[in-house]
Amino acid sequence: MTLTAEAPPTRAARPARRPSSRRRSLREAGAGYAFLTPWLLGFLLLTAGPMAASLYLAFTDYNLFAPPQWVGLENFTRLFSDPNYTQAWKVTALYVVVGTPVKLLASLLVAMLLNNAFRGKGFYRSAFYLPSLVGASVSIAIVWKAMFIDGGVVDRGQQLLGFSAGGWVGDPNRTVPMLILLTVWQFGAPMVIFLAGLKQVPTELYEAAAVDGAGPVRKFFRITLPMLSPVLFFNLLLETIHAFQIFNSAFIISNGTGGPARSTLFYTFYLYIRGFQDFQMGYASAMAWVLVLVVGAISLVLFQTQNRWVHYSGESK
Amino acid sequence: MSTSTSTQPAGPVATARSTVSDEHSARLRRTARNRRGAREIVFHVVTLLIVAVILYPAVWMVVSAFKPSNQIVGNVGIIPTDASFDNFTKALQGIGGVSFWTFFKNSLILAVLSVVGIVISCSVSAYAFARIEFPGRKIFFSLMIGTLLLPFHVVIIPQYIVFNNLGLVNTFIPLLIGKFLAAEAFFVFLMVQFMRNLPRELDEAARIDGAGHVRIFTAIMLPLMKPALVTSSIFAFIWSWNDFFGPLLYLKNPDLYSMPIALRLFVDQTTTSDYGAQMAMAVLALVPVLLFFLVFQRYLVEGVATQGLKG
Repeated sequence: MTLTAEAPPTRAARPARRPSSRRRSLREAGAGYAFLTPWLLGFLLLTAGPMAASLYLAFTDYNLFAPPQWVGLENFTRLFSDPNYTQAWKVTALYVVVGTPVKLLASLLVAMLLNNAFRGKGFYRSAFYLPSLVGASVSIAIVWKAMFIDGGVVDRGQQLLGFSAGGWVGDPNRTVPMLILLTVWQFGAPMVIFLAGLKQVPTELYEAAAVDGAGPVRKFFRITLPMLSPVLFFNLLLETIHAFQIFNSAFIISNGTGGPARSTLFYTFYLYIRGFQDFQMGYASAMAWVLVLVVGAISLVLFQTQNRWVHYSGESK
Repeated sequence: MSTSTSTQPAGPVATARSTVSDEHSARLRRTARNRRGAREIVFHVVTLLIVAVILYPAVWMVVSAFKPSNQIVGNVGIIPTDASFDNFTKALQGIGGVSFWTFFKNSLILAVLSVVGIVISCSVSAYAFARIEFPGRKIFFSLMIGTLLLPFHVVIIPQYIVFNNLGLVNTFIPLLIGKFLAAEAFFVFLMVQFMRNLPRELDEAARIDGAGHVRIFTAIMLPLMKPALVTSSIFAFIWSWNDFFGPLLYLKNPDLYSMPIALRLFVDQTTTSDYGAQMAMAVLALVPVLLFFLVFQRYLVEGVATQGLKG
């Protein structure tokens, strides 16, 4: 209706073009939303809706059976006086802050080792990638437990080297290091990404640096690292976010308890216990939202600081 | 590679000099080749050592599955002395009256339906992001990337409440619905990246011939997207197969258990000293993953590599 009303003047200026192009863009929009329907539905029903719901639940007391009771900020104030919650942050922070850099360093070093013209690289790359594929499985958690238990293979190895200290599984001081080793073991995925990044560094840069008499250390800090910084940024962001969510291995190795001495009570593990064993859905929702805010803040800081250390070369968008 | 061309003598006058320099450069080349050979050997020795350390836990797991239970913990060696299939027969007996093959079948159903759901829903949605201009596309794309970074724990509690109220706990539906609604942004992102690299002239030519989006998508895009679809399918299968958290929340009835939670139950129920059967069951739970890895390793590694680059 409105279309026809304003049609005459435009038709006079540009005969018949405007309505048809507008109709076409309308049709394009229709097609766009039609094709986007699966994702749009999923986003509304499985992400946005539940996020809003858990934000509401975070301010309530809800146990699945009685209707939710509004309690204001009580869940959040309780969080900070809950010793288990503090403990969950402590082990999770240790795991993220130590595990992620060590894993990235290992993956970068091995990627640089493999970035050469020798044969057999494809085989090595695949072999190193395998742990990333199976590392989060229950099977590997069981194997890890059997290897690090008192008198296990790792203990035997330590005895041979003369510094046996018993099992890692039962020692609260060494459960997090044991799980850090498990994540470092899965360095293959970031390594593959580093390797793809290294391949894109133009060899002329190294040749020019060699002519200028630069040694390997200078080449690394002046060429490799800056050229690799976008990939490093990507790996750092994803691995950090991922590390916050450790669950499977801690759950299996501690038999679902978070022990010994709460040393494997990681953040999402404690969230699971509160939400799905104690059915304190409001409390668990508050925990989930604090996690989202913390992870969001870290992502934001990484994105904000990226123009200080991430170097995007001219040709890549 | 092209060393011979650089030392070609220029003419008869230069012959005497050039034989000398030829000999000299040949020697240089030989030492360079030797040095390169030596470096290559060092490279292989170092890398193979790392490979040995990295693959040791996996090899140890497989070998242990063939050992008697009392010879597993603390047995560093990877050559079994008296290998047998006893552990596997015990693992295949199942748990609490439920057959091993029931768990296997459940995992297979979940994994296959996940692949179907992800291939359909993510490719269709990715087409909208990559090839259609419509208002709101940029915002939705940013939101999609945002869900890639979002800890999923913030949605599981309301999701559980809703599925519980609908009586869908103890069915496969909560585990599969997200796969059919493109909720796994990783795959949407991977397919968008792939489609953006396909030449636009293809769809423009088809448009001039009067093809609509449905035709362009099914007749042009889908066939060209095969590598991305294969990569996505393999990842979708393996991730579904290894998924522990979802089945832990939603599958309470042992008849519906998938392999990972059956494995956990098995470990809980067997006496802690029966490591042999546990290892056998752990190996059996990984067999499909290892098969996929052996057959499709290139697709997997390439998929990971491209995912990280064009961001």
